[in-house]
Amino acid sequence: MDQNTRFLTETVLRISGVDPRKCMKCGKCSGTCPNYDAMEYHPHQFVSMVENGLIEQLMNSNAVYLCLGCMACVERCPRHVAPGKLVGALAQLKLRKQDGNHKGGNDIAAMADEKVPQQLLMAAMRKYRK
Amino acid sequence: MPKIGVFVCWCGSNIAGTVDVEAVSEAMKTVPGVVFSTNYQYMCSAAGQKMIADAIHEYHLDGIVVASCSPRMHENTFRKTAQAAGLNPYMVEIANIREQCSWIHKDKEEGTRKAIVLAKAAVAKLLHNQPLQAGTSAVTKRCLVIGGGIAGIQTALDVANAGYEVDIVEQRPTIGGRMAQLDKTFPTLDCSACILTPKMVEAAQNEKIRIISYAKVEKVEGFVGNFRATIRKKARFIDENKCTGCSLCMQKCPSKKGRDEFNMEMNNRPAIYIPFAQAIPNVAVIDPEQCIKLKSGKCGLCEKVCSAGAINYQQKDELLEREYGAIVVATGFRPMDPSPLNELGYAENKDVITSLELERLMNAAGPTKGTLLRPSDLKHPREIVFIQCVGSRCDENTNRGKPYCSKICCMYTAKHAMLIRDKYPDTNVHVFYIDVRTPGKNFDEFYRRAVEQYGVDYIKGMVGKVAREGDKLMVRGSDLINNRQVEIAADLVVLATAIEPDPSARSIGTMLTASMDTNDFFTEAHAKLRPVESPTAGIFLSGVAQGPKDVPETVAQASAAASKVIGLLAKDHLVTNPCVALSDELLCNGCSQCEKVCPYGAITYENREVRGPGVREVRRVARVNPAVCQGCGACTVTCPSGAMDLKGFTNQQIMAEVDAICL
Repeated sequence: MDQNTRFLTETVLRISGVDPRKCMKCGKCSGTCPNYDAMEYHPHQFVSMVENGLIEQLMNSNAVYLCLGCMACVERCPRHVAPGKLVGALAQLKLRKQDGNHKGGNDIAAMADEKVPQQLLMAAMRKYRK
Repeated sequence: MPKIGVFVCWCGSNIAGTVDVEAVSEAMKTVPGVVFSTNYQYMCSAAGQKMIADAIHEYHLDGIVVASCSPRMHENTFRKTAQAAGLNPYMVEIANIREQCSWIHKDKEEGTRKAIVLAKAAVAKLLHNQPLQAGTSAVTKRCLVIGGGIAGIQTALDVANAGYEVDIVEQRPTIGGRMAQLDKTFPTLDCSACILTPKMVEAAQNEKIRIISYAKVEKVEGFVGNFRATIRKKARFIDENKCTGCSLCMQKCPSKKGRDEFNMEMNNRPAIYIPFAQAIPNVAVIDPEQCIKLKSGKCGLCEKVCSAGAINYQQKDELLEREYGAIVVATGFRPMDPSPLNELGYAENKDVITSLELERLMNAAGPTKGTLLRPSDLKHPREIVFIQCVGSRCDENTNRGKPYCSKICCMYTAKHAMLIRDKYPDTNVHVFYIDVRTPGKNFDEFYRRAVEQYGVDYIKGMVGKVAREGDKLMVRGSDLINNRQVEIAADLVVLATAIEPDPSARSIGTMLTASMDTNDFFTEAHAKLRPVESPTAGIFLSGVAQGPKDVPETVAQASAAASKVIGLLAKDHLVTNPCVALSDELLCNGCSQCEKVCPYGAITYENREVRGPGVREVRRVARVNPAVCQGCGACTVTCPSGAMDLKGFTNQQIMAEVDAICL
């Protein structure tokens, strides 16, 4: 794992508070996920991909935005792993990283498509509107 | 001053890797009282023990300190060595420089310094040691088995066949336990009742075995070889000696709305009932919550039809006091209630059932007479989903279930799937699993047979949601191998629920002062080498009370426990521990604090004439029964006047140790 990957992995784990080593790969999260079919990567893959440092791959995927944030996977995970929190942390990391604070409020409309959840738009507004 | 020898053990590299053993034995040579000090690779070996014996003879040692592993490991070994060489065995002290030093330190210099301090403390204590003599106590040649399932029955049979009396105390109206509820047993698929009931009959007919059913142990006093138990035999409102088990009363009873516990409450039973046809004792029992006569005084129909005159509405609970030499805990298990896992909908949907409920549905004596019909509408289910690991293998921070693997679910689910596919080939069976765990003789072959021969659809993944849609149960889960989410319209969903210790286990553990783990399973004295004994002397473990097990393992452990019981009961006398409490009657102020804290009831108070310098009067003072005292030391730390002392661990000895470490 190179230095950048390690930094990204540690950041995601720190923001989310998730310990992916607790996962027993049962797939309960993906069995629960209501938006499973829309997401390129599925909740259980988030856990194992973060553990293996495949952060950039996840961040470049639409799956980060297509998570509805319903937290059913967090609620039902028998191992206290909380994949939903990982998705949240990745989204946050992406927002922080992408061009820092240099976007204007007007740029947001162009970034959005109809699939982007309302919650994420609001978060983007808060961040870039300044 | 006594002459002391110090023996420092390397324990291979276990100690020598972190502690400079040569430096320790050298440093000990300068300690006052030490006349000989050496080190050796394995002190517990024959050569090491000979080294100790030779030194005792050569230097006329009065006591020895062995700096080695925990005293729980080898104190007895070295005591025997010393005794064989002519020393009193209680003139041996162990300095634990392995568990409490080398294993927990990395820095060799610090480890060495600590090892020296620990060895010095042991020498300081030894300087105050007194030779102690062990006494003996008699053994009551009778065994108490708590729980009458297959574990309890097997232990009882083995002990009885060796010629000793056994009492089985069972809380339910019949023995047989969980195994009696099973339909077939894996991996040979023989009928559970067919192999269990002959054993039940054998137990009932064995003249050495007394079955005390519908009863519970209320109090246990005493110690190994000499337990006294109080057993409450609940009123069944039936004279056990008169009832013939004809079951006419069951047919006539007008109050038929009782929940049938034996059939997992899936059907009703009358207020007066025999749990199942092969029950032992084959005697009816009246449910007082439900009986019209007992609740309102009207009815009395069963009394009229009973030709044996066995009904007795006035019967009261009966208290039995019995003495035992050994006690076997065989309290067994129950399936965990899956209702809190609300995404599986067990509480809302009648057609979401547990595996034990399925056993009853498939059993010829069950609520559907052995035809597989789903509970809601009694239709044949055509699409069945099994979910494994329900409530097992959960993280402790989730409140979703137990942290352990319940061990038997993979196999019984394969069994259920196979039996259903065999009997109803037009039924599709899906099994959601995390891992299939089949370590056991012919176990993996059995599971493979379910897949390859019977075409059971195993899906690696877990179920996220079970929701009713019309008369179907929509089961949504993940299929990890195919990287997709699947949805199955099922007629019946079966949950392989975790097993948990019977709720009675905790209070029994407290009563016996037998230690338990955080899951309420009984702890064994040694995880590998003493797996059927509790750390509390005279208490033995049989079956699932100790941890999840299948039937063959339970029977093997039950027989192992029996052999330990027989080994104990075969002795006429037991050597008692001389490290017991002793009260100085001149210092005792009669406050009774020690009596209250003693967990063994070893302390009594009496008025006695006390004589000492300038004292001659009758005082109320504490008296310790050395046969009952287990030397736990609770009284010594409680005593406000410093009158209570523990032989082998006197206040003076402990203070000397503390001084050696701190000064």
